[in-house]
Amino acid sequence: MTTVAAQVTPLDAAPPAGRQRWVERFAGLGFAAPAFILLVLTNLAPLAALAFLSFTNYELGALDFSFVGFKNFGAALQDPVIRRSVTNTLLYVAIVVPGGVLISLLVAILIHQRKRTRSLYEVIYFLPVTSTLIAMATMWQFLLHPTLGLINQALKGLGFAETAFLSEPRLVIPTLAAIGIWQLVGFNMVLFLAGLSAIPRDLYEAVDIDGASHPIDRFLKVTWPMLGPTTMFVTVTTFITAFKIFDTVAVMTRGGPGGASEVLLYAIYLEGFQYFHMSYAATLTLVFLAFTLVFSVLQTFILDRRVHY
Amino acid sequence: MRRLVSLALVHAVLIGGAVFMLLPFVFMLTSAIKPPGEIFEATFRLWPRQFYGWQNFESALSTAPLLRFLLNGLIVCGGILVVQLLVAIPCAYALAKLKFPGRPILFSLVLLGLCIPVQAPSLPLYIAFAELGILNTYLSMMMPFFLSVFAIFLFRQFFKSYPDEIIQAARLDGVGEFEIVWRIVVPSAWPAIAAFSIFSVVAHWNDLYWPLIVVSDTKLATPPLGMMYFADSELGSNYGALAAGATIITAPLVIAFLIARRHFLAGITMTGIK
Repeated sequence: MTTVAAQVTPLDAAPPAGRQRWVERFAGLGFAAPAFILLVLTNLAPLAALAFLSFTNYELGALDFSFVGFKNFGAALQDPVIRRSVTNTLLYVAIVVPGGVLISLLVAILIHQRKRTRSLYEVIYFLPVTSTLIAMATMWQFLLHPTLGLINQALKGLGFAETAFLSEPRLVIPTLAAIGIWQLVGFNMVLFLAGLSAIPRDLYEAVDIDGASHPIDRFLKVTWPMLGPTTMFVTVTTFITAFKIFDTVAVMTRGGPGGASEVLLYAIYLEGFQYFHMSYAATLTLVFLAFTLVFSVLQTFILDRRVHY
Repeated sequence: MRRLVSLALVHAVLIGGAVFMLLPFVFMLTSAIKPPGEIFEATFRLWPRQFYGWQNFESALSTAPLLRFLLNGLIVCGGILVVQLLVAIPCAYALAKLKFPGRPILFSLVLLGLCIPVQAPSLPLYIAFAELGILNTYLSMMMPFFLSVFAIFLFRQFFKSYPDEIIQAARLDGVGEFEIVWRIVVPSAWPAIAAFSIFSVVAHWNDLYWPLIVVSDTKLATPPLGMMYFADSELGSNYGALAAGATIITAPLVIAFLIARRHFLAGITMTGIK
């Protein structure tokens, strides 16, 4: 391609337009080819295989398999583990999304107005995003220990009863959700800070002239509407992130106690990569994909309109 | 007076949140230098009565190949990033600036790819890797991420605003398309490339799911997977050593962030996606 392109010089007698079109076609196809091949290999073909597998009874290592129609889907609907996983995942999402969005919005607004301390708070709140969640989850496990943990000691000091955050079935998902929010807030905060600094100052001045100088008025009349697109984007990405909960469950609870923290991705991991029930795991992956797809499409749609460098 | 009260209130909220954010970090650092008996004492103290840091870090480093985990993380993240850039940049340039057959279809596929979570193709990829006998290799850890549709998308947006006149002038000077991409357009796209690189490294350095699936050999473990093995091992009950190990695993990226704070935050803002 390089050589072909190099031949195009202003000295050529032929009008360059026609030749240029050929150069662009060659170069374009050549430049796009590696990406296209990888896209097929790592995305499109696996997705097709996934759909195919879900209608079979294939297991890893099996020489033979047959089509079973919707049997896997039926089994998933009946499976108490999968039902629990879906309910638990939805509960986790239902806590992490509002928590992760509203807290980061509040933090961003408060930090945005700081002058001298802004960067210090920024660093502190962003720190969990860069940290390796597995290592920090281990530390959370210590902190939350029912008898020895620092958090319980503090609670006891305040006169509360000992709480088994990770082994009490009703508390385990909310506890994991709190850790999820802990990891997420800094990321969302940075996006909100970017949104806040894009709001023109004269809008606030205009509201001041209108006589609405109370902070809540300013928030409702200017900040909130102007942050609309950012809020939408942050909400959608938080949804997707929350649906993917895996790390904390894998290292802290392994679905316990008694299935109270089974989540969708962890169930897929167990069925597919621990028990090697490939076709069943493929079916569950399609269920997972169905849950995330709506938000993924929304995210791409927003991203396409939002990115304009 | 009212200003002062509201200022105090704002800082109270922010400091309260900051304590919650820093809690596991502070606990990790102090536990890493405490002897076993002091870690779970009823009264929490930042500095131990008896400094036990050397012993903790020594037993962490001698029990698990922690430095090896970090090296693995470096190899995997570096390999992924290099291929991602080599593949995505020309493709993005072609989508932004060249007219070639199939361009609309390819762009639709890129948009479709943005909607697919990485966990979706993992099962067929695992089966394929098992059949090919390449599980437990660096290649199997990196391969699924070689193509980043997000990189293509991001760079395409960036390249689109690059002036056509400059490209046209270069062509008239006889510069080939290949050189136009790598020597003329890419240098102008450094902010986008840096932003994407940060995003990519943070994501893959901390990823547990895929390494957990394809790696069973401890020697190949990335930092998160290594941390998981480490916590499961007999050392799991030696809390001081465990905290020291967690510190070693967490340190590289956190230190990188503290040094290149501005770039990190700008990078996350620009890539704005997870």
